[in-house]
Amino acid sequence: MTDRIEQRINSLNKRLNSEKRFRIYCIGAMSFALAWVLILFLNIFSSGYSAFYRTVIQVDVPFLNLIEDTTQFSEMSSEDINNLSMYSFSKKAIYGLFPDIEEKKDKKMLIRLFSIEFEQEIREFLKSNKSNINETETIYLTASDDVDQVNKGNYPRDLDEDKRRIKDIQLLFFDDLVDRGLVSYEFNLPFLMRGDSREPELAGVGGSIVGSLFTILVVLILSFPIGIFAAIYLEEFAPKNRVTDFIEININNLAAVPSIVFGLLGLGIILNTFGLPRSTPLVGGIVLSLMTLPTIIIATRASLRAVPPSIREGALAVGATKMQAVMHHVVPVAMPGALTGTIIGLAQALGETAPLLLIGMVAFVVDVPQTPLDASASLPVQVYLWSESAERGYVEKTSATIMMLLGFLILMNLAAVLIRRKFETKW
Amino acid sequence: MKSIKIKADNLNVYYGEKQALFDVSMYMEEKQVTALIGPSGCGKSTFIRCLNRMNDVIDICKVQGKIEIDGNDIYAPDMQVEQLRERVGMVFQKPNPFPKSIFENVAYGPRIHGIAEHKSDLEEIVVTSLKKAALFDEVKDRLSDSGTSLSGGQQQRLCIARAISVNPDIILMDEPCSALDPIATARIEELMGDLKTEYTIIIVTHSMQQAARVSSRTGFFHLGKLVEVDKTEAIFSNPSDQRTQDYITGRFG
Repeated sequence: MTDRIEQRINSLNKRLNSEKRFRIYCIGAMSFALAWVLILFLNIFSSGYSAFYRTVIQVDVPFLNLIEDTTQFSEMSSEDINNLSMYSFSKKAIYGLFPDIEEKKDKKMLIRLFSIEFEQEIREFLKSNKSNINETETIYLTASDDVDQVNKGNYPRDLDEDKRRIKDIQLLFFDDLVDRGLVSYEFNLPFLMRGDSREPELAGVGGSIVGSLFTILVVLILSFPIGIFAAIYLEEFAPKNRVTDFIEININNLAAVPSIVFGLLGLGIILNTFGLPRSTPLVGGIVLSLMTLPTIIIATRASLRAVPPSIREGALAVGATKMQAVMHHVVPVAMPGALTGTIIGLAQALGETAPLLLIGMVAFVVDVPQTPLDASASLPVQVYLWSESAERGYVEKTSATIMMLLGFLILMNLAAVLIRRKFETKW
Repeated sequence: MKSIKIKADNLNVYYGEKQALFDVSMYMEEKQVTALIGPSGCGKSTFIRCLNRMNDVIDICKVQGKIEIDGNDIYAPDMQVEQLRERVGMVFQKPNPFPKSIFENVAYGPRIHGIAEHKSDLEEIVVTSLKKAALFDEVKDRLSDSGTSLSGGQQQRLCIARAISVNPDIILMDEPCSALDPIATARIEELMGDLKTEYTIIIVTHSMQQAARVSSRTGFFHLGKLVEVDKTEAIFSNPSDQRTQDYITGRFG
């Protein structure tokens, strides 16, 4: 008798131990995955956060040298100001930082501490403040990418001079400016507002954010209604026969098609046959809709299927037509699931790069698109473009763009969770 | 002798290759409770679902034969199934209120049929239906609560209220108490007694006691065949068929 009890206890202990081991394996697997996610986030964040501020250098601009009386500016239209020749005037304002420099070469080096658009920046300042310009104004001019990177400590100063883009004399200038307190940081608003540029310090994600939003909007407008209606038809109305089986198999296959294939389709049919404008969010959205549709259809069908048939019967039994039963009772219950599927599909589309490369959304676009018919980049393509660029400024900008992309994805997934929580039917 | 409300004539039902009902012929009297009993899978649910054509939603289901309600063939090509179901309400085995408010549950039928012209009419229908279903007193203060928040027995009475909201002649009940406890069951049975003054009720039940308590006529199904149909007392006291005898004495089923 005691033998048997002992045996039982032994075998029970064995079972409990194996359960303990199993749990440890599971926790280990989860920690491993979590650690990688953490490393990824840390890596991107640590190299990307510095793109959100930028180096500016204070320059005193003697506007009196441009005009006899600065009050005259207030009478000038923007066009008049655009027509003012300001290049040498702006250069002189910068030379004013180091009045002792005589050599042309050194002057050139000094100018190169600034972004090439310094003249434009002074002009913009003049335009927006034309009614009260003093004789001399202090303007914060954007530093060149090299200076920006040196200032942020991303640039190895101890390299040999001929291996550096920034020269010794420029470093001397820079250090002197720092000592005089003229170098400072400000929030990098232009990075969020502007389009792409060949100059890293001027390049922004504004264009690709707008491009991505337009693209997602097109995807939403196209794929949400089509996906929902297709799913409702297939799940609720379609006769169960070989044709619907065939359609179902193909929708599932479509979900597994590599995305670049959709890009080829877009290139071949939407651009070449239908002649829609290339590089535009409209075409990008159409191509990504094709990719998103199966996801939406599958998710919607699953949530329609999860609605208990008794609800349909209840509606039919009081004399509702099939459509009334579906639209009044089944679809509302399935909607949170369908919306979740849609958002996840949209998030997928937001991060998709390959098909956009083929339809030309990889183009270098300086202007922020105004409509879905303007040429545009998108966030993931911007990452791709910048990650190939050599300048140091693009390294942090690539990571910063990934941060924005991840931010949008997290927001969308959060929205999906919230929608599901809020609208889920309580039985 | 009551007048005949429903008449089934040589009804054969097939699910694909499989035949579920064999030559069922029976009639049901107006404003009476007719009970259908029999072991699981005997076809009694299939039969009751033919009476409001709920079987139409099953693709592979095929119905042959004739069912007449008030002398009209309900499987005639010109019969509108929605109209039929307005006249033949149904209560299901598992309470299936819509996941909407109690009010909406009852108001849905009248609304889609355009029975109520004004909001006040609709409210009146809802209140009357809930009263007829003996639920009004329990829910009158919380008509906007979800129908699914009620207890099982209340949910089933809500479904009854929903069924009578469109003012049918006939109410089909497919094992309405099988998911309920004895007290809720007693309330539903009591309710049936009240309802039969206005409606013709057909009830499928597993419980022979229930059939004996509520019905005036009882039909016994076995293996897709209607073995016997007669006055309830006759079935339970003096069945003419051996199989009925075996079933009601608990020898199988």
